[in-house]
Amino acid sequence: MSRTVVVTGLGATTPLGGDVASTWEGLLAGRSGITILEDPKFAELPVRIAAPVKVDPSEKLEAHEIRRMDRSQQLALIAAREAWADAAIDSVDPTRLGVAVATGVGGAISLMEQYDILKERGASRVSPMTVPMLMPNGPAAVVGLELGAQAGVHTPVSACASGAEAIGYGAEMIRTGRADVVVCGGTEGCIHPLTIAAFAAMRALSTRHDNAAGASRPFDRDRDGFVMAEGAAIVVLESEEFAKARGAKIYATYGGQGLAADAHHIAQPEPEGRGVILAMNRALADADLSTKDIFHINAHATSTPAGDVAESKAIRKVLGADADHAPVTAVKGATGHLLGGAGSLAAIGSILALRDRKVPPVANTVNLDEGVEVDVVLGAPRDLPAGDLAALSNSFGFGGHDVVLAFRSN
Amino acid sequence: MSQEDILAGLAAIVNEVAGIPAENVQMEKSFVDDLDVDSLSMVEVVMACEDKFGVTIPDTEVKNLNTVADAVNFIAANK
Repeated sequence: MSRTVVVTGLGATTPLGGDVASTWEGLLAGRSGITILEDPKFAELPVRIAAPVKVDPSEKLEAHEIRRMDRSQQLALIAAREAWADAAIDSVDPTRLGVAVATGVGGAISLMEQYDILKERGASRVSPMTVPMLMPNGPAAVVGLELGAQAGVHTPVSACASGAEAIGYGAEMIRTGRADVVVCGGTEGCIHPLTIAAFAAMRALSTRHDNAAGASRPFDRDRDGFVMAEGAAIVVLESEEFAKARGAKIYATYGGQGLAADAHHIAQPEPEGRGVILAMNRALADADLSTKDIFHINAHATSTPAGDVAESKAIRKVLGADADHAPVTAVKGATGHLLGGAGSLAAIGSILALRDRKVPPVANTVNLDEGVEVDVVLGAPRDLPAGDLAALSNSFGFGGHDVVLAFRSN
Repeated sequence: MSQEDILAGLAAIVNEVAGIPAENVQMEKSFVDDLDVDSLSMVEVVMACEDKFGVTIPDTEVKNLNTVADAVNFIAANK
């Protein structure tokens, strides 16, 4: 049994804005949501650049909600509420409603805060909410509880590919008949001195302190690392049958997914793009698409020296001459890297590009690096042609995870 | 500290922890049945009461605190 899956709701809270509309507008404008961290707790770090969410969760949630949830959970809930409202589903059998919400890091901030309390005030003052706040399935659980979802609540974890893997997982729940509706995506909320110090210790982060807004520049000759960001991006998927029966607005059709692993290194991308190529080809096959159908790619490109060029070569290898009609963008120039939220934000980028027939430029990128062999959109948005189009959305994670999602225009 | 002061302080805590409007926190109300304070939230309420009122509320005592009045009376008698 394999059923067609469609996208009917979108939600996001990102460094560009507190919802999908402001985020998409920021992406199209090539605006940067990246800033210098002014809080003194970051002062001694080698990197003080990050991309916090534009709208703090305290503006959207009640005080008692904030205190019971880790930041990653707060952001997921905000995005899920927007996506759910957007889908406008009046009624669904709760046993046919699922959730797949991922995070890369999970409740690290809560864990560290409670450890500080343990050291300073003793075990009797450790919050009884510590475990629910730190567990990586917490964001999925929070969303599932809010919606009363009983078909299954899941959390695929694959570092920076997690958000994409969650969408693929959610789609499979529908395809295989386990659910009619799944709320899925990814979240991250872990901007903290320790996480920044840890990524900085890997030499993974940009140190462009003299131009923080321009620190993230995927595919640029002068890129020097990624920028840590926070935020969440959630989509509502439905079986086409369920969506059409209720007359839902449909953003795009989910095509399929391709999963692979580099089997190369815990943090370095495989230089020939072996896993990327395998995942892209599998996504095309799963979606029953040919390279001729692909008119856009939302790249993973994080602005690290090692990853971006290798990804562009992999895209060219998979698409061949058809890469000439597939303009490539990367949202991370504008948003920084949402880690566990990155894959689902890229998916929303692909979905909206298909709907609006418009591909946002890569923010900040001016000079394409040597070896970038694809058509990267720079400066202004690029129009896509009319007709039936498909797009791919690439997401990769530390550990060598490769996840590629395919979407079709409606 | 008067009973009214303790009730007001407790109501503020319950509001902060569980989002219950402070005016709903009245003496005869049951934490679980009327105010929807679950067992995890009750632990938070107890911790906050210990900090605010300078009392110690042992776990063995928490199970006897069914109503707001139980808590107010315990705090008044033990602070």
